[in-house]
Amino acid sequence: MDFAFLQTTLLTLLGGLPLTLELAVSSILLGGGGALMLTLMQASGSLLLSAPARAYVFVFRGTPLLIQLFMIYYGLGQFRPTLQELGLWSFFRDPYWCAVLAMAMNTAAYASEIIRGGLGSVPPGALEAATACGMRPLLRLRRVILPLAIRQALPAYSNELILMVKATSLASIITMMEVTGLASKMIAETYRSIEIFACAGLIYLALTLILTRAVLLLEWRLSTTRKNGTPA
Amino acid sequence: MPSFDLFLGPNGWGKPLLSAALMTVALSLSGLAVGALFGAVLAHARIGGGLVLRSLADAVTTILRGVPDLLVIYLFYFGGSGLLSWAGHAAGYDGFIGLPVFLTGTLALGVVSAAYQAEVFRGAFNAIPRGQIEAARAAGMRNVLMFRRILVPQVLRHALPGLGNVWQLILKDSALISVIGLVELLRAAQIGAGSTRQPFLFYSAALVLYLVITSVSGQVFRWAETRSLRPFRRA
Repeated sequence: MDFAFLQTTLLTLLGGLPLTLELAVSSILLGGGGALMLTLMQASGSLLLSAPARAYVFVFRGTPLLIQLFMIYYGLGQFRPTLQELGLWSFFRDPYWCAVLAMAMNTAAYASEIIRGGLGSVPPGALEAATACGMRPLLRLRRVILPLAIRQALPAYSNELILMVKATSLASIITMMEVTGLASKMIAETYRSIEIFACAGLIYLALTLILTRAVLLLEWRLSTTRKNGTPA
Repeated sequence: MPSFDLFLGPNGWGKPLLSAALMTVALSLSGLAVGALFGAVLAHARIGGGLVLRSLADAVTTILRGVPDLLVIYLFYFGGSGLLSWAGHAAGYDGFIGLPVFLTGTLALGVVSAAYQAEVFRGAFNAIPRGQIEAARAAGMRNVLMFRRILVPQVLRHALPGLGNVWQLILKDSALISVIGLVELLRAAQIGAGSTRQPFLFYSAALVLYLVITSVSGQVFRWAETRSLRPFRRA
């Protein structure tokens, strides 16, 4: 085994880690906001709001993320003059913002379904009880609905977070040099795919492992029973 | 209308796009089949294996679920071609030998989906009452017969909803195979976009075709699910 090569590979790939994290964090935050909006639109009860939200979720969950990314990065280039007029061209010319936008829009659709599932799991009896106790809607949301819904939705959401971290690798296809971008460049240069794969895989595994542990810890903090005594 | 001729004219792009969509379906189907095979092996190791086999299967599952699919595809493409070239070199042929892209794509999709399929199969197996297995043994069934008559029909029934989810996952992952040059739907759209300079139009067309594929196959899975539950319909 060529340890010197493994070491230089790992160090080179770690250089892409900040970009990977940046992409993941900004798209998860933006997507979370979008998901809340979509959920509210779907729950509003007005067809004018809920139908577009449902169509959005259908389209974004039914097509690959890569084509959504291409649509934004390459596809919108067809309307360059219009975008330039609107002053939006510098945004859509930048692969970083296109990647963030595509991933945020994608995760918003999936996360809104997860939130919807969480809200749906709140028993109607709990709502009635809260109202009967004289809670205002906002207080009821804060004390009854959200705690119950978040607990229910957290495991599914942690899956979505991991998928998002993995999805940042797609940004390499539109020239972003994050961990996968650097790895594919190195593979194309040296053809030592197995070593490079192992190093890149190690970085992603560490990321997803930390993420799952963190969510498990949060789940344990939020659980009412805490049977085990220690976090998993 | 210019875009009508562009797609449906005599030399239109409609036909290449449709055949590319068929390629996407074929690729995903073979990925699902290979993944089912790997997944069954993984599930078998996790259910009935010893400590070594079980922890090995656990490790494989963790790695496959934690590493981006794109990296796995690169590994198979460059690694497989490297291995072939090395073998060719040993046999006296100097030069680069590429692994066929359809095969690479199938293997990569199979491996990527295997971890998810293993979980689906394991859950489905656990849903079968233990008493049935004991009964099969008591009736004198050998392993293979029990597998065929008792386990497979029921595991498949319980696994159908989960398999439907995995299928959707594979379908969307198949777009990634375009990066190694297989002309599936996304790649065909890219080619059309490049030669007509109308990327938005072509990606929209591909988007619609993807939507059609995912929603139609989703309906098929729902139909299969209701059908598989027919014997249990309650009055």
